[in-house]
Amino acid sequence: MSTDAAGLGRVRASAFVAPALILIAVFLVFPALWVVLLGVTNYRLTGLAAADPEFVGLDNFVSALTDGRFLDSTWLTVQFVLGSAVIGQAILGFTLAKVLHGRVKRFVEGLVILAWILPSAVVSFLWIALLDRDSGTLNTLLGIPGFPWLLDHPMLSIIVFNTWRGTAFSMMLYGAALGNVPPSHLESARLAGANGWQQLRDVIFPHIRGHILTNLLLISLWTFNDFTPFLLTAGGPDGKSEILAVHVYKVALQGGELGYGAAVSTVILLINLVVAVFYLRLLREQR
Amino acid sequence: MAAIELRGLTKVYPGGVTALDSLDLVIPDGEFFALLGPSGCGKTTLLRTIAGLETATAGSIRIGDRDVTGLQPGARDVAMVFQDYALFPHMDVTDNIAYPLRIKKVARAVRAQKAREVGERLGLEKLMDRRPGQLSGGQQQRVALARVMATQAQAFLFDEPLSNLDARLRLEARTFLKKLQRELGVTTVFVTHDQAEALAMADRMAVMENGHIRQIGTPAEVFQRPANTFVASFIGSTPMNLLDGVVRGDTLEVAGCRVPVPETAAGRLADGEKIVYGVRPEYLSYAAEGPIAGKVVLVESLGASYLVTLEVGEDLVQVTVPEGREPELGEAGCAVPRPDRALVYRDGELV
Ligand SMILES: Nc1ncnc2c1ncn2[C@@H]1O[C@H](COP(=O)(O)OP(=O)(O)OP(=O)(O)O)[C@@H](O)[C@H]1O
Ligand SMILES: [Mg+2]
Repeated sequence: MSTDAAGLGRVRASAFVAPALILIAVFLVFPALWVVLLGVTNYRLTGLAAADPEFVGLDNFVSALTDGRFLDSTWLTVQFVLGSAVIGQAILGFTLAKVLHGRVKRFVEGLVILAWILPSAVVSFLWIALLDRDSGTLNTLLGIPGFPWLLDHPMLSIIVFNTWRGTAFSMMLYGAALGNVPPSHLESARLAGANGWQQLRDVIFPHIRGHILTNLLLISLWTFNDFTPFLLTAGGPDGKSEILAVHVYKVALQGGELGYGAAVSTVILLINLVVAVFYLRLLREQR
Repeated sequence: MAAIELRGLTKVYPGGVTALDSLDLVIPDGEFFALLGPSGCGKTTLLRTIAGLETATAGSIRIGDRDVTGLQPGARDVAMVFQDYALFPHMDVTDNIAYPLRIKKVARAVRAQKAREVGERLGLEKLMDRRPGQLSGGQQQRVALARVMATQAQAFLFDEPLSNLDARLRLEARTFLKKLQRELGVTTVFVTHDQAEALAMADRMAVMENGHIRQIGTPAEVFQRPANTFVASFIGSTPMNLLDGVVRGDTLEVAGCRVPVPETAAGRLADGEKIVYGVRPEYLSYAAEGPIAGKVVLVESLGASYLVTLEVGEDLVQVTVPEGREPELGEAGCAVPRPDRALVYRDGELV
């Protein structure tokens, strides 16, 4: 069989691929490499080092990995991902997809999709209005005016916020996946006397395993790199909701330490890679 | 093992389709019972209602000495083979067979032992570690059967379990299934589209139409003496000849010919009555002289015999003729009914 089915020849074929490759190179590969490169310099936004950055080797990485603020931030990010993506979006999304039927389902779908497609700025403004300590809707509803949600429970606030924000995606994905579970398999389990949990374990989960892993992979990465919580809490109070994306912004752009920020970004990139490889391994494993 | 008893069973689907209409049926303990009928007549619905996968709108279901009408499927103690077999793709054959036992919290070793026994009985011993995706259709069907057997349920329900098999395998599976049911002696309800299958395997069968049972009987009864014209035209590989006629003394005037009143209806017809005269092509013989005279318009091969269509006045009459004696097209010929096999229907019902 010919490997050149379209008969284009190597040169013309390359010309077709080139625009896409160039775009990917300019907007993805080059910035990523640039970040890695910056990470080994003491480049700053302003001052002497801005004009003439010096090579500092792995210093930035060493100071990041020994910096309490970075480690705290990583731990907060893990909480944020587990709480809002894995437990929040995935479990809530699956439950909604499984439990809701008919008209109620379409109504809830409409609502959650709205949460998903609204711009971050609009959504965070809505949430600030909801959680505001003096005139917020929530405090009015609960009858506890003056309760500072964003100050007293910053992590809880952004976790609930991100769950609300992203559940639509998981719900839609699980809705589609559940439609593919053959009814006869469920019925066969019911005839054997399987209860609800046993049906989930023996029929539904094995059937939608691929969907679950893909879903977890995507929402973990999205949540890991999500910057929107900054609009709610600005990482505060006192760094209590400073997840990694916010941390980088603060040190690199507010603090001006571009080199150090780039090193932290590289670490984030590596964590993302590890997470992705972990899920893809699971996904490829023989069922 | 137990009898199944349905009283006034009705199923109306949301949306208003009446799939079962006040149906009464008793299937004695150990019987192999076939449900036959055209597509959409409610066979699957009946089976699923017995299993508890659909809730009955009215009426009652008894299995053995228990009223199971309100029970969950898992509590009814019945086992079902689905048309797609419904084997769990992520479990190997052993686990699939043992699944109902696992739900019943039978110890692992006992389960494995039981699965091996049943598997060996069905010739699956070399396949016990495979996944369903690595099995042929026929092997999957045997695994589904094995799963049902391992449960030791009170009754087996089969919904067209042979329809995914090729013609050859289907014949084998048919014989196999019949033998197995004999040996196990478990009450079995079997839905099929294929009447040859029902005739070959069932102890008794029911023919359904629009949620009603139109006839219950042994395959021989249903084949030889269909209770009404619906069953008569539905059963049989070649459709029964059904000819409009009128009673004239002790003969019938059918398609412009005179035929004697069949033995089955003798003495029960009034002069001048409108009737339908029914006789299967297999119970007609072709001859030069006979009561039903016509012209040969079509000769079709059925393999070892021929189906000859005669034009008799306005009507068409079909006759089977052994090979080697088939007539020429256009020839004038006659059909001779077997007097003990011809039937008379009045208002659609057998006289
Ligand atoms: N879930 C359902 N909701 C509404 N109507 C249904 C449903 N399932 C079946 N029906 C209707 O009930 C009637 C009986 O259906 P059923 O599936 O029992 O037929 P069947 O005899 O098994 O047909 P087939 O031989 O084609 O499998 C049909 O008219 C069908 O359209
Ligand atoms: Mg059916």
